[in-house]
Amino acid sequence: MRKAIIAIGSLSAALLASTPAQVHQLPQIKSASIELPAGDSLFPGGSSADAINNNCLACHSADMVLNQPALPKATWEAEVQKMIKIYRAPIDEADVPAIVNYLASIKGNG
Amino acid sequence: MPEPKDHSSLPRPTPHSSRRSSFAFDLSLSRRSALRALGIAGFALASVPAWADELVKLPLPSNPRERPLTRDFPEKSDMILQRTRPPLLETPMEVFDRGVFTPNDQFYVRWHWAVIPNAVDVKTFRLSVRGHVNQTLSLSVDDLLAMPRVDLAAVNQCSGNSRGFFVPRVTGAQWAHGAMGNAQWTGVRLKDVLDRAGVKAGAVQVRFNGLDEPVVPDAPDFKKSLDIDHARDGEVMIAFAMNGEQLPLLNGFPLRLIVPGWYSTYWVKMLSEIEVLDKPDDNYWMATAYTIPDTPHANITPGQAGVKMIPINRMVPRSFFTNVANGASFATETTIPIRGIAFGGDTGVAKVELSADGGKSWLPTTLGKDHGKYSFRQWEAVTSLPVKGNHALMVRCTNVTGDVQPLAPNWNNSGFMRNVIETLQVTAS
Repeated sequence: MRKAIIAIGSLSAALLASTPAQVHQLPQIKSASIELPAGDSLFPGGSSADAINNNCLACHSADMVLNQPALPKATWEAEVQKMIKIYRAPIDEADVPAIVNYLASIKGNG
Repeated sequence: MPEPKDHSSLPRPTPHSSRRSSFAFDLSLSRRSALRALGIAGFALASVPAWADELVKLPLPSNPRERPLTRDFPEKSDMILQRTRPPLLETPMEVFDRGVFTPNDQFYVRWHWAVIPNAVDVKTFRLSVRGHVNQTLSLSVDDLLAMPRVDLAAVNQCSGNSRGFFVPRVTGAQWAHGAMGNAQWTGVRLKDVLDRAGVKAGAVQVRFNGLDEPVVPDAPDFKKSLDIDHARDGEVMIAFAMNGEQLPLLNGFPLRLIVPGWYSTYWVKMLSEIEVLDKPDDNYWMATAYTIPDTPHANITPGQAGVKMIPINRMVPRSFFTNVANGASFATETTIPIRGIAFGGDTGVAKVELSADGGKSWLPTTLGKDHGKYSFRQWEAVTSLPVKGNHALMVRCTNVTGDVQPLAPNWNNSGFMRNVIETLQVTAS
């Protein structure tokens, strides 16, 4: 191990002269398994939130949207179109106005 | 140089609760039945998240400012919850006051797509290296552990760190300053892995992919690329440890690409595929997303059109207060110890200066131990506010190539690359 340290130290000296480079002893890498919170809370607002609840929660939780600042309605329209066209969100075209209106009503500024 | 550490007794992954994971979505389900499942779980949680036992108030320019402080994520302690699924978890500012390295259990988390494997078996996991190479590789974690090892302190910062401070506000994760962290990364040089595969003449870029996947099958999978010379510069790493332990799964276990001095978008998590390309990568995540105006500080006027866009790249210098917050008050007759952290971006910190008069005069600060040019650097100073009233405390970092934080904030549509001089409004009484 000591020889390896010296060899690597001299190899890396030229490349990483200004940054610390060294050799560690082997960390033990063990298989990992986790569980994540579901993040399945609904958007508030009852029936006015039906369209957004039915179309948007498969890909992301509602909190991200609720944490956004107030923005122009045109920005929300563009966001919904971006989700459809780029991120391929399977949103029913008929639901788009209701989603945009909901966003503009809770996060709109004109 | 830090002393070599003994890694022989790493803590085991902690047992986790039986809480339902985001992977409960069976992708073979129709959207309608998936939504039915969501609806049922949604009623159980009602509108108040069970984990919202404490709220933090971020100093953002407009509402909403409150976020839950959560301990609900595996291998993570207190984190600011920006989004539950896929997770966006922010590091509370006080963590940066405790040390120059950010603990793994409070290192920020950012995922693009919600299909994140919730288990990785290191015995069967393989990293593939393919494309414009002489020999395709399929490397196990043990294969990488047997290769020459390097160790590097480096800041990992989201392109959109501090986006929440942009005015006019922009869409995206409304981060305060905690979408960054500094760790000691241990792994192998990407160059060594590429050399083992044998890069063919004519290679132009190297593309990286991780195990995460889009929820919708035909959506763009998250992939990032580096130019071939950058990939082979001997500094870009494949890390299997951070701060002396295996990576938390949410930070990219078992392997993460480390691109020192560059924004985190390139630091691909759960790295599973390396593809050498003989033409430039035009995938969405390189050509469209994560692009910045090709202007000084990536700055444009809101609404400005016809701007040339380029992929975001090198980081720029930043500095922060960590022991004083906006709105603090001090007695006029006392001395005030002030400290914080700074980093140079793509190179080291040359100096950090403090102003107690709103930027009219600047005083030197004392820099802490140098952990290398890509690391956080602590700074400290003692000042006083002899005149009663309101004062603006400011801190600015200059890096070793002379790049200094600007006095005016930048603006762009994506909320990227903020590095304006930070200012705190404080009171002397």
